[in-house]
Formats: sequence, structure tokens, C-alpha cells
Amino acid sequence: MQTRFSFGGDEHIFAEVGEAMSLEAFFKSLFITNAVRDAKIKGVTEICPANASYQVKFDPDQIKPDDLLAELKRLDTASEKSEPVIKTRIIEIPVLYNDPWTHETLMRFRERHQNPNGTDLEYAAQINGLDSVDAFIKAHSSAPWFVSMVGFVAGLPFLYQMVERQRQIQAPKYLRPRTDTPKLTIGHGGCFSCIYSVRGAGGYQMFGITPMPIYDPNQKISYLRDFMCLFRPGDIVKWKPIDRSAYDAAVADVDAGRFAPVIRDVSFSLTEFNRDIDAYNRKLDGVLHGH
Amino acid sequence: MAIKVLKPGLATTVQDLGRPGYYHIGIPLSGGMDRHALVAANLLVGNEEGAAVLEAVFMGPELEFTEDATVAITGAQLPPKLDGEPRETWTSFKVKRGQVLSFDFLKQGARGYIAIAGGIDVPVVLGSRSTYALGALGGFKGRKLEAGDELPVGKAAASVKDGRVVANDLRGLPTAMPTELRVMPGLYWHRITEAAGNDFFADTWKVAPEADRIGYRFKGGKALQFVPREPPFGAGSDPSNITDACYPYGSIQVPGGTEPIVLHRDAVSGGGYFMVGTVISADMDLIGQLQPNTPVRFVKVGMDQALAARKSRAELLGKLRNALT
Repeated sequence: MQTRFSFGGDEHIFAEVGEAMSLEAFFKSLFITNAVRDAKIKGVTEICPANASYQVKFDPDQIKPDDLLAELKRLDTASEKSEPVIKTRIIEIPVLYNDPWTHETLMRFRERHQNPNGTDLEYAAQINGLDSVDAFIKAHSSAPWFVSMVGFVAGLPFLYQMVERQRQIQAPKYLRPRTDTPKLTIGHGGCFSCIYSVRGAGGYQMFGITPMPIYDPNQKISYLRDFMCLFRPGDIVKWKPIDRSAYDAAVADVDAGRFAPVIRDVSFSLTEFNRDIDAYNRKLDGVLHGH
Repeated sequence: MAIKVLKPGLATTVQDLGRPGYYHIGIPLSGGMDRHALVAANLLVGNEEGAAVLEAVFMGPELEFTEDATVAITGAQLPPKLDGEPRETWTSFKVKRGQVLSFDFLKQGARGYIAIAGGIDVPVVLGSRSTYALGALGGFKGRKLEAGDELPVGKAAASVKDGRVVANDLRGLPTAMPTELRVMPGLYWHRITEAAGNDFFADTWKVAPEADRIGYRFKGGKALQFVPREPPFGAGSDPSNITDACYPYGSIQVPGGTEPIVLHRDAVSGGGYFMVGTVISADMDLIGQLQPNTPVRFVKVGMDQALAARKSRAELLGKLRNALT
């Protein structure tokens, strides 16, 4: 994988690690942006990892663009020799699949969808070769997902499924974007799932909703008091399918300030993961549930 | 002291010099779109350069003052009136308790900066008072102003003089017609054909109605032709799609190859559209002063020219500081 560098005007360097999405390209971009952060390079103001690329913003009055470019190329080469291991977190996200709110919304925008006579879940199950919505939910929630990018809007995670490419869920975006998506909708477009951090326009297929806020600019939610965005690039997410009564109970717990998200520190090795993906994912599940 | 908002204007927001450091989680810089004008307004009333001011777009608000104050309006030619009496832009003037500041129709430019001695004293969120409306963050309750809002104002510096003026040549506004925006080609420039690249710089574009703090859309130039490719996994099937990536400030994305969008201070931090290059930092302020329908040309430059332009913009700011401090 040869990284392609380009200046984004006089204040950014853009690095495309891979043209296509892959766990390897994501992992390398995360690894290098961590190294750039640790290097504390004078004049660097923003370090943004993305799915298969990254971007560094800098002040050219403090560091010459060519000097920073040379430094990034050096870190890029050095990363190839390093052991691909990161320290990160695994977070459990409860999901009410097939919920009434996204259902109401997807019916309202049905004429913008590939399958006007079904639901987004039925469509996604069908095009991914699964014989029922339940089988699809199982496929979506059984393996963990990497937060491969946080952005577009504040706190929104893009998630990449941690399975072989041939098992990955794929679905096109809506034919025309919706003007409305409920807050905390679990969406999917291309090979990425996401969680809509705020209510608004969107084009991803809608599968469900989580009771667990992930962005709170007022910092009133108990677990978002320290910082208003839950997710950081590199976090690992495990969906937990829940029913309506568990959803309602979680919403009440959030409102009462007693909801405690399940978050564990974990070290992730790309080499070990690639050796036996299913076994490694079972191990991650064990970390999450303390066994 | 406080200011009562009688009429909010079109989309008036509290802005300072922005909130760097959180773009990696989707929170953009925000801050005044025309930073030079914002700094000028603050210096005119004796504030710190980065104090919070009001940014009014196309149409000014109507504000009632509960205490005596010194104010200055810079940026667009948005003519101020005090109790109906005309006042000058780019000039500091006194306001008496109970007086109402309003504005005449916009004559030129797009965004006016209203500085009040002492600065707008909304809470600092993640290091800035700027409004990021998409994320309901910062500013006054995370949103544009509404009638009935009461804006807190900080304590003014001891000696605030009225009648101070910024000379014409220190205002840093767009002058050429069509407005020239200097662009460094790059990012995904290789995705379009050589002929399309030549057209992009040769054509005259016009600012489209969809022009706001997130980005400015342009129309009227020829559609871009793409170099054929096999869509990479994760990118999507349209030739203008890429695997979702970060967007630089000033980057020019062209969804479907038809209408370029230049991202500005409230940029969406990333997405799945390819970009042909980036407007240089020295010309970002100019975009904030463009009205819809303004003709624009993109001018190709390299890094050396971009850095020279940045230097000369910094020198202009230096002269402004010398004149006012």
C-alpha cells in the first residue's frame, strides 16, 4: 500500500492510504495519526484520521509545508516496520432494530427508496442474500465494528464491520436523500454503518435506533459530562439487540442520569485478528462482558 | 449590560476567531467567515482581536442597548442607523442607553460584523464563543439569534474612543470583477480529464443561492468529465464518489461533476465526494463577502504563490493593527 500525499491548499496535507476501504488502510491511517499526535510537531493544529486516509492541518507560518510533508513520509515508512497494535476501547451500543420512529420516517420517504413496497431492513436483508429480517439483524450485530472515522457532523461515527470482505454488509444509499432522520438512528450506506448524532437530512438505509445519546453539546448526560462526543476514531463497537421494554427502560435511565454505558479498555492486534477473525471477535466479546 | 434583540436579521450569529482542535470528531472551526473584518471591528472598539461579535448576513438585526456602549460595523456595506439616523461603517461610534441600532439594505458584500466594546459575553465552549448551528453548539444557545434574546456584553476597555476609522485600503475586501479565488489543484484532481481541468479554471462561475457558513456552491461552468475507473470498494458507484475522507477547509468538492462547493468555516468535516483542490487561506475571507450571483473565477496557483499571498494578507492585518492600536 503506497500512501498518496497531496497538499490541501497552504494549510492541509491530505494522505490517501488506500483508494478502496480496507481494514489495513484504516488501521494504517489510525496508526500514523497516533504517531503524528505523539510526535507533537510544532505548527500542527488538527490531526484527522478517516476511513482509508487522513489529514493534517498546520500553520505554514510555524512549519514549512515541505518539512511537514517529509516528516509525514518518514512516519509512513516507519509505520510499516511497527507492530500493528493499538490501545483502544470497546463500547456496547444497545439497538432497538425495526423501531417505530425510523419506521415512520422510512415510510414517509418511501418514494425516494429503491424498494417502495418494503422496509429498509427487508431490502437490506434481500440484497445481502439473507432470508429474513431476523437473519439480517443477526448478521449486523454478531461481529464488532471499528469506528473508522468520526465526522461529517459533530460526533457522528462511521463504522466498518470487522469481518472478511465477502461477509460484509453492503447497501446503497437512498436514491434521493431524505430531509429527515431521527436522532440516534443506526444507518448504513455502502460498506459503512453510522449513528446519526443529530436529527437531520440523510441518505443511509435506516435499521434501528439506540437509546444511548452519543453527542450532547450541553454536557448534561452523565457519561458525556467530561466530553460532549462519545466516539473517537479507533473505538470498537458491539451492537446489542434489545426489545421495546429494554429500550424504554434505557431511555428512562438516561433521563435519570443513571445509565452507565458498557465501555472497556482493550488492546487490538491486526495480526492476531487476521489470523482467526471469529476467534478474535469472541475474545473481544469476552473483554466486553468481563470473562 | 445587555443587548435586546428586537429583530434578528436573516441569520445573525455570535462569532469569534473559532474553535480549532476538534475537527477530527466533526466539530469544525466556525468563527467569522471574514476574519479580517471581524478583527477590524474589534480593534475599532478597543477589544481583543478575537472577542466575540455578531455576524449578520445579507440583512442586519435590530438591537436595543440597555447601557451606553461603543460599537463598530465592518465587512459588508450594511449601513447602520442609530434611532433611524445614518451612521458610517468601518467607524466606531457611541450608542446611548435605550437607543436602537438598525440597518439599511445591504449595498455591497454579504456579511457585516457588529463589534461592541467589551465583546459579546456568551459562555466559552471548547475554547470559543463561536456558534456552530449544525451541532447546536456555542454562541447564544447554539443557534442564530431570535427576537427577544438578550445578549450579555462584557466590560469594555477603559478608554474607548469613537470616530476611529479604518481606511479603505486596509479593509481587505474583494475588488476585482469577477472575483478571483486562488486555488491549489490537488487532492483528487487526477480524477478529471485534462480538458475538464482547463475548463474549470477558464470558465466564469456564479455564486449559487446555496451559499452559507458550511459552504459556497457555484454554478454556470461546464460539467467536469472524469477519467474512467473501476469503483474502489467502499467508494460508491458515481464517478465523483470516493471512500469517505476528510475535507480540508476551502476544499472544492464537485458532486456529480456539476456544481463545485467550497467548504467554509462550518464545514462538514468529511464525506464521500472527490475534491479538485483547495482555495488558499488568503482568499477564504473574500468568499464570506460574496453574494449569490456574483461572478467568480478560480485561478490556479502553486504553494509558493499561496504562501506569498498569505504573507501579504498578514501584512495587511499588521498595518490594520498599527493604525488602530
